Amino acid sequence: MPEAPDAAIERDAVKVEPPPDPGDERSDADEPASLVPPRAKRVVGAPATFARPPSSSIPWLRIGRGALIAVALVYLGSVLLAPMGALVVELFREGIGEAAASLVEPRALRALGMSIALMVIALVVNAVVGTVGAIAIVRHRFVGRRIVNALADLPLALSPVMVALAFLLLFGREGWLGPVLEAVDLKVVFAFPGLVLATLFVTLPFTIREVAYVLEEIGTSEEEAAATLGASPWQTFWRITLPNIRYGLGYGLLMTAARSLGEFGAVLVLGGSIAGHTQTATTYIHDAVEERELAGAHAMAVVLACVAVCLLVALEWSKRKKQGRKEKR
Amino acid sequence: MNARRSAPRGGFGGIALRVAVVIYILLLVALPLVRLFEFGLEEGLSEFWKNVTAPSALSALWLTVWTGLVVAIAGLFFGTLVAWVLVRYRFPGRAAIAATLDLPLAVPTLVAGIMLAVLYGPESAIGEALSGIGVDVIFAQPGIVLALLFVTLPFVVRAVEPVLLEIDPSEEEAAVVLGAGPFKVFRTVFFPAIAPAAISGAIRAFGRAIGEFGAIVLVAGNNPARGTLTAPVYIFGEIESGAPHRAAAVAIVLLLVALSLHAIGRWVETRTRHA
Repeated sequence: MPEAPDAAIERDAVKVEPPPDPGDERSDADEPASLVPPRAKRVVGAPATFARPPSSSIPWLRIGRGALIAVALVYLGSVLLAPMGALVVELFREGIGEAAASLVEPRALRALGMSIALMVIALVVNAVVGTVGAIAIVRHRFVGRRIVNALADLPLALSPVMVALAFLLLFGREGWLGPVLEAVDLKVVFAFPGLVLATLFVTLPFTIREVAYVLEEIGTSEEEAAATLGASPWQTFWRITLPNIRYGLGYGLLMTAARSLGEFGAVLVLGGSIAGHTQTATTYIHDAVEERELAGAHAMAVVLACVAVCLLVALEWSKRKKQGRKEKR
Repeated sequence: MNARRSAPRGGFGGIALRVAVVIYILLLVALPLVRLFEFGLEEGLSEFWKNVTAPSALSALWLTVWTGLVVAIAGLFFGTLVAWVLVRYRFPGRAAIAATLDLPLAVPTLVAGIMLAVLYGPESAIGEALSGIGVDVIFAQPGIVLALLFVTLPFVVRAVEPVLLEIDPSEEEAAVVLGAGPFKVFRTVFFPAIAPAAISGAIRAFGRAIGEFGAIVLVAGNNPARGTLTAPVYIFGEIESGAPHRAAAVAIVLLLVALSLHAIGRWVETRTRHA
């Protein structure tokens, strides 16, 4: 390509311009797309295609663009946005006073407290397991490493009900561990330990995955430098590794919080949703619907949805932090 | 790669901690699944087969598979469309909509079910209008598909989005300069790039759909005569009615499907990451 050098220069000159708003229509691309435009014009027009599909200069495709946006919006609206709005509208229709009253009932408060307790346990355990497990999987070689790696990911792929059944068969009266538990007088099924197990199972992957991903990205040069300078392994961990993984770990912990508050199938089967004892926020909603106490169910659902929105905002923030760190490198 | 060898060893405390965590993962995940297989097969293969092929079990599995397929295919199409629209076009409200896309990951699935029941239920205006034209959504199969679409919404969109953003604009430019029409540009430039991502997203959506319980249980109701008993709801019902072997048989089938999908998904993921 003989013209390549000066084309490159022209292109660089054009780059200084801010890219045109992809939504607006430009008249310089009016010739049919099937013709090769004159060279000079082509180069000037080039940046426009960076952000805007060249096809939108054809009128009927402009209609196509509008139609695509409309279809996408109708789809998102009917599947996601309208149902969320409907729940809030319904809550107001039933009356905020009644909803608030049903939320401060002891049963609802106990259920909410139970969910928060499970979330705190899941956060503490998974902060340790996620960090240590990811370091073991990424930084060390041992027999069965690949199996552990695959197992750590597996809970995302399994149905919570199936998992709860497996735990029932393990810890129930006829289970493998049933006699042991009876000997030490520890109740797992339909008791708090069962809820903890169910929650820990479904939240296992989040921190491990995120931390392992960050560890792979950052490599070991900083850790090696610290070790060469005489830092002990623990010093290296606290001063190099942990600061590097903190946003990944934070992201994983936010996912853990969302999942532990929202888990339903596993805690229903394993905990039995005994009011005031093993009832969580989600199983409270389920029971309230069954008993036709819709105001209570809807109020608790809105509380959980609001928490989810807050967690999502925090997730977006930590995602941006994570990416910011990556780009700095 | 070479750096891994010289990772800090961590002394005795560090090694003990790592061994403990690895054992924790093995016990928490592998042991229950081994027990599930052992229990489901303890009465022999023929008994297991009889439990799987019982009419109610088969219809539950079939309902789960076809609703999962519908959701995966609809997700493939609409998910790609949503990603395309959000990446390529600018319109008012785009940022707000993009921000809500991850909500199904954070909202409890049971709450998703309640939302759909409120909007499309028989007591709502939309539900009434729909049943007026003979379409029941809640306590019927369309409700199951809607619930599954809600919980799997982000999978395809989030898989396709980064790929669309990374496509080199000069490829598209070159195709246009060479005279390709818009459909040909899509077919030759975009389709080959986004197809693997979209398909791996759809596989994940299918895997998620066949295991979903919370979003379905309130939307589907528990009346077997309505044909809304999916496999997870069936497992739950059999546990409650004291038939653990029947529950375990269907759970094993579901587990085998989930394990194969998981393996395929991981394989696709590693392939696309190394590509």
